[in-house]
Amino acid sequence: MEAMAAKERTVLQFSSSQSLSAKVHPLVVFNICDCYVRRPDQAERVIGTLLGSVLPDGTVDVRNSYAVPHSESVDQVALDIEYHHSMLLSHQKVNPKEVIVGWYSTGLGVTGGSALIHEFYSREVPNPIHLTIDTGFTKGAGTIKAYVSNNLSLGDRQIAAQFQEIPLDLRMVEAERIGFDTLKATAVEKIPSDLEGMEASMGHLLALIDDIYKYVDDVVEGRVDPDNKIGRFISDAVGSLPKLPSSAFEKLVNDSLQDHLLLLYLSSITRTQLDLAEKLNTAAQIL
Amino acid sequence: MAATGTTERCLFLLYAATARSFLQVAATEEVAPPLRVVQIEGLVFLKIIKHCKDHSPSLVTGQLLGLDVGSVLEVTNCFPFPMREEDEEIEADGANYQLEMMRCLREVNVDNNTIGWYQSTLLGSFQTVELIETFMNYQENIRRCVCIIYDPSRSDQGVLALKALKLSDSFMELYRSNNFIGEKLREKNLTWVDIFEEIPIKVSNSALISAFMTELEPDTPVSQCDYDRLQLSTSSLMERNMDFFIECMDDLSLEQQKFQFYYRSLSRQQAQQQAWLHKRRAENMSRKAAGEEPLPEEDPSNPIFKSLPEPSRLESFLITNQISNYCHQINGVSGQGLIRLYLMKALRED
Repeated sequence: MEAMAAKERTVLQFSSSQSLSAKVHPLVVFNICDCYVRRPDQAERVIGTLLGSVLPDGTVDVRNSYAVPHSESVDQVALDIEYHHSMLLSHQKVNPKEVIVGWYSTGLGVTGGSALIHEFYSREVPNPIHLTIDTGFTKGAGTIKAYVSNNLSLGDRQIAAQFQEIPLDLRMVEAERIGFDTLKATAVEKIPSDLEGMEASMGHLLALIDDIYKYVDDVVEGRVDPDNKIGRFISDAVGSLPKLPSSAFEKLVNDSLQDHLLLLYLSSITRTQLDLAEKLNTAAQIL
Repeated sequence: MAATGTTERCLFLLYAATARSFLQVAATEEVAPPLRVVQIEGLVFLKIIKHCKDHSPSLVTGQLLGLDVGSVLEVTNCFPFPMREEDEEIEADGANYQLEMMRCLREVNVDNNTIGWYQSTLLGSFQTVELIETFMNYQENIRRCVCIIYDPSRSDQGVLALKALKLSDSFMELYRSNNFIGEKLREKNLTWVDIFEEIPIKVSNSALISAFMTELEPDTPVSQCDYDRLQLSTSSLMERNMDFFIECMDDLSLEQQKFQFYYRSLSRQQAQQQAWLHKRRAENMSRKAAGEEPLPEEDPSNPIFKSLPEPSRLESFLITNQISNYCHQINGVSGQGLIRLYLMKALRED
């Protein structure tokens, strides 16, 4: 009976793999690139800890990171664990909600030493993710990939760790808020002011409207095959304008215009008043 | 405990001062050129914005690290401070935290040189006496320091509301001597406009980041920024702006009342002095006629000769600055609102 049980256990086991995905905050990419640029002379790559949280739907939200000094030789990796812990403590003081979710390394894909480091992080947090950023552009593109590791065990013995790629969401709403134009260039003379930003946005809007016009014209004249999907989008967009009789619309616009103008007048008057008060206050001292 | 807290803070500041880069020391030996530009890395933008946004609406601060190169102040990194708490023990903890963070960052070759701090604000309500005090504290240890102000509430409008400020030299001089009376101000020709100097901001990114961002830029023609900017309703922002504005107006009128009170009591005092002098002179005349020694024409022991202290103008200057800031914001938001309305009108007429 016992022999049977033992026999049952000696099968090749894959630990359960969950379908995970990850989302990366642009700050993390910036941080890693900065650390890579500032890496020590002899270092080939930089590695570090990823902080963030796991969202209710299982997505790993990577929101912050810090580099951890390490040294690497052919078959061993030494990680400055003390540094890692003190940095973690410091970060948690600022934002206790951000916990370790994994680790990152520069370079393309998983390398030999990765398994060891991954094992270390597995002790810190269950099921860490591993993010790789190809700062060398080895394939002509800055590939960013995320992995989870599955343990492959034979009986009680672990024989290998398998790294499995998981989908990565690189849409960066936060970066869009600042504007890619500002983040993309190596040097920008000044940050755009309110009105310049507005102008750019209106330019975009105009270009989009022109595109739609062109598309619709092309379809009407039979130059382009109609696409129902696009048609539906256009009708949705047109339909999203509220249906108002023009008198009501006119009134609405005029009322808002007057509100805004009133505020403008108010602020102008206040400024004049301030200047006046300033003059009087300093001049009134002839006593 | 309070004492250890402050010593540790001093220790830290001293440390920050001694940890100046070689470049900076070289720059201070000759006559330092005036600060013209603050050059900020994209990384710092993101860090500041993340920290401020995560904790919004409570206000947070953090430290800026970087290099001082001639007339350019390069901000290459920063780190956030934990939320400030009133407890002294925690304050000492905070100083430790700073030291620890600086040490850790130096180990990964980050520029370990304090050049100022950043803080978040609510609709630009940052011009306070505390800010000036912090500035003076920093300025004593670091020759050039800058404060970056970020307004998370305005970023919902698609505006990158980031400003670099420093105190003007003439204001600092006056602040050190603590002389905010009318005469001095007139002498220095200092008005409320001259308290803060805004320094233009430049952005720089490493080539590596530039490459990554070009790669990651989505090819959708519309960005989040555009959505935010073309949002029609601004009333909640406006309302809050007006609230602050009105509050400031009340404060200002209170300050003005103080001055009026001062002037009224001053003129009353002068009238009293005149009356007293008149009386004394008449008395002296009669004494002269009687052949007696005249009495002195001044009497320091009389309370009416005690000079009245003039109230400081600092507070009213700051409030004025604040109000002008709100005016500016109202102008900006209404201007954008007008544009949107006309855009809407044009769209409908199409």
